[in-house]
Amino acid sequence: MTFGRPAKVLLTIIFIGLLAIPIVIQRISARRAAEDVNLDRKSALARYGFRFEEVSHAAGVNFVHQAPTFDHRLDPIMPEVASMGASVSIVDYDRDGWPDIYVTNSAIGSKNALYRNMGDGTFKDVAEELGIADVNQPGTGVSTGAVWGDYDNDGYEDLLLIKWGKPELFHNDQGHGFTRVSEQAGLPAWLNASTALWFDYDGDGLLDLFIGGYYSEDVDLWHLQTTRIMPESFEYAKNGGRKYLFHNLGNGKFEEVSGKLGINSKRWALASSAADLRGSGHPDLFVANDYGVSELYFNDGKQFREVGEQTGVGFAPKSGMNVAFGDILNDGRYSVYVSNISEEGVLIQGNNLWVPKEGTSGDKLQYENLARDFGVELGGWSFGAQFGDLNNDGALDLYLTNGYISLDRNRSYWYDFSKVAGGNSSIISDAKNWPAFEGRSLSGYQSKRVWLNDGAGKFINVAQAVGVTDTYDGRAVALVDLWNRGVLDVVVANQKGPLLIYKNDVSPANQWIEFDLEGTASNRSAIGAQVTLFWKGHQQVQEVSGGSGFASQNERRLHFGLGRDPQVEKAVIRWPSGKVQTIDKPAAGQILKIKEPL
Amino acid sequence: MSAQHNAPIVRPPAEGARWKRLISLDNRYVAPIFITCILIAGHLSFGILESYRKTGLAIIASILTELLLGRLFFGKWPNLASAYITGISVGILVRSPAFWPYVLCSVISITSKYVLRVKGRHIWNPSNFGISVLLFLAADTVASLSIQWGNYLWPMLVIWVLGSVIIWRLRRFHISGIYVVSFVAFAFLRSWIIGSPWQSEIAPITGPMYQLFVFFMITDPKTTVRSKLGQCVVVFLVASLEMVMRLDQVIYAPFYALFIVGPTAMLIEIWLDSRRAKLASARA
Repeated sequence: MTFGRPAKVLLTIIFIGLLAIPIVIQRISARRAAEDVNLDRKSALARYGFRFEEVSHAAGVNFVHQAPTFDHRLDPIMPEVASMGASVSIVDYDRDGWPDIYVTNSAIGSKNALYRNMGDGTFKDVAEELGIADVNQPGTGVSTGAVWGDYDNDGYEDLLLIKWGKPELFHNDQGHGFTRVSEQAGLPAWLNASTALWFDYDGDGLLDLFIGGYYSEDVDLWHLQTTRIMPESFEYAKNGGRKYLFHNLGNGKFEEVSGKLGINSKRWALASSAADLRGSGHPDLFVANDYGVSELYFNDGKQFREVGEQTGVGFAPKSGMNVAFGDILNDGRYSVYVSNISEEGVLIQGNNLWVPKEGTSGDKLQYENLARDFGVELGGWSFGAQFGDLNNDGALDLYLTNGYISLDRNRSYWYDFSKVAGGNSSIISDAKNWPAFEGRSLSGYQSKRVWLNDGAGKFINVAQAVGVTDTYDGRAVALVDLWNRGVLDVVVANQKGPLLIYKNDVSPANQWIEFDLEGTASNRSAIGAQVTLFWKGHQQVQEVSGGSGFASQNERRLHFGLGRDPQVEKAVIRWPSGKVQTIDKPAAGQILKIKEPL
Repeated sequence: MSAQHNAPIVRPPAEGARWKRLISLDNRYVAPIFITCILIAGHLSFGILESYRKTGLAIIASILTELLLGRLFFGKWPNLASAYITGISVGILVRSPAFWPYVLCSVISITSKYVLRVKGRHIWNPSNFGISVLLFLAADTVASLSIQWGNYLWPMLVIWVLGSVIIWRLRRFHISGIYVVSFVAFAFLRSWIIGSPWQSEIAPITGPMYQLFVFFMITDPKTTVRSKLGQCVVVFLVASLEMVMRLDQVIYAPFYALFIVGPTAMLIEIWLDSRRAKLASARA
């Protein structure tokens, strides 16, 4: 060597320093995470401007989700194949001005629930009397999700129920009951879907329907022809369920047009949502796939183009489980949040926050994943997430639920999972090759995330501090102003767990405004209508959604937090029909009911 | 005698020999070219790289560290083939959403060659050392590749066949061969012991992580013992320790097994060499 012993000693010291770097980083992260835990109500309000209280029991909601039991040949991995089905969607089914809650159940013979908001802080399950409870009967499959939309424009939201099994469409009979119209509508006899959404893709004023298949539609999970029902690859699987796009013909019938219009994927769809990402006037469709890349379909009103790779969102395969849109930078553009899996020491996929790249727009729109920069990357085995201004400070925050399978706390299935996931397609695709769960957990008992947006590109997790302390296996999240107080409450559906209602207590100093839209030329649910609000130099856009997150649907009313002493300049509403309506200086602190001008 | 008279007689190569020379490659460059092909093919067919930047960072960090340390400690610019393989292995095998692990892993890997030396020989395979250390110390940020490349049969077969041919050419096929045979035998043994499907025990070796492990890590000439029999015994011991670790459900068992067995074997060989040298000098 040219350098002698001193140089070698120096290099050794540097080497030891290099080895210490990960430990130091880990310690710093742990110290940060330990801060702010379990603040009392007063301190949380003072520091973050809000605090949650879980009130389901007090509100009369005692719903506990039940998981299905499939063909006995799946027994060894039953916890995994039966790991989804808990969903929640918000609807005001009887138009009484109080948002109601619909939740699905997934065991054969179990019942779904429609919690009618009594307006006094309590709820009453009316699903049975209205005919939408007993929908998990033998031979028909079990529920995995529900979305609401007024497909016949009669003023009442109708219910689409998706299943591992027969999908169902229920017509809302003016809030007094529901009539099953699945056959008349032309829905398929069987599919295995975990995501669906209402949207008017062609702008004809009638709500169309997208359903994304997960397992192949020829699989009956109770009567397997073969055990080769699993994905052929952990990251590149294309042997999942087909996609359906049902065009609303306006006479109570739908025509399936997916192939004709350019949607031909057989990836394993877990979540989907639609929004006008390019300002084209047509909703684009985003699909998050398990075992593969996400898909983004640009929609010109007549045809869909898959542009995942082109836009950057469909390049790196992960385990997509959520699609939520949010104007997190208050610049009039949507970012997209897709949840994935992160398990310490095993699999660090990281969630994706797709932020529009500077200088790109329209057909040239591109995204970059800034989840790490913004601090919303690691959320465990993440499922449903929604954007919403939880403390009314004027910036959209992010609520994420997580946790996959919580069984024995001390024994993990991860080793076996990683063993098989890396295997060849002939091994991974056959359920009989998967080692038995034997009561072990897989990313169970996880802490949730409530990421508070500082408005300048940083989110901090305040879940524990603001009272979100549950560790159930969370699936679906819906945001809703349950008691018309101008705050966003959170409803969480947990797999094999209770339905949670987190009532939000927000500092009154921060103001708000809400928009309750009704279409006339556009679909009556106003799904796809955009409101851009301008106040104190801010500009935030939100869109009425027919389904977002994971197996969930937020309330259709749009909620804007405004911060202190707001002076709202104007609200610009762009209706799906193309009409643009401007409301000057709307007063804060009110729910504005607006009907599309004729 | 003039230099001219002493110079060997150089005859123009025969047509066949010239052609052979054209297509022949210096053995040092075979492995880098092979791993580059795997990377490019894997990326173009399946997009295995989440980010060019991360892989680029790993390669650049590895090469720069090698250049710097090679120049400082050996007084000459080092051959960069080994650093390139280390960088590219780190780029493929390390999975992290953060950038720093790629740089740190490469720097630790290369630096280990210069610090952890016994009798002039470095005893750990650089990327095995760097990746094992990071997996152990930074589990919250770093995982390793365990999936990818589609889990399909044809890409797997192509890589196995091509890798086998190349490793044969480098005269190290026996190492890979013994390891694979041992792994498969132990997989059946594990299946019998714990009652899991044998396919699930075989599954890991059908994935890409093992292809890199089998062709690039356990065959590294610098960190394997010299005798052919010794190499066979050592790689069998690696597979044996991995088997034990797998029974204990250690996810990164192959990396950790090599991390422990490889240097131990090297140290034993170095000790035996030194003992032989002492005996020889005593006899002299």
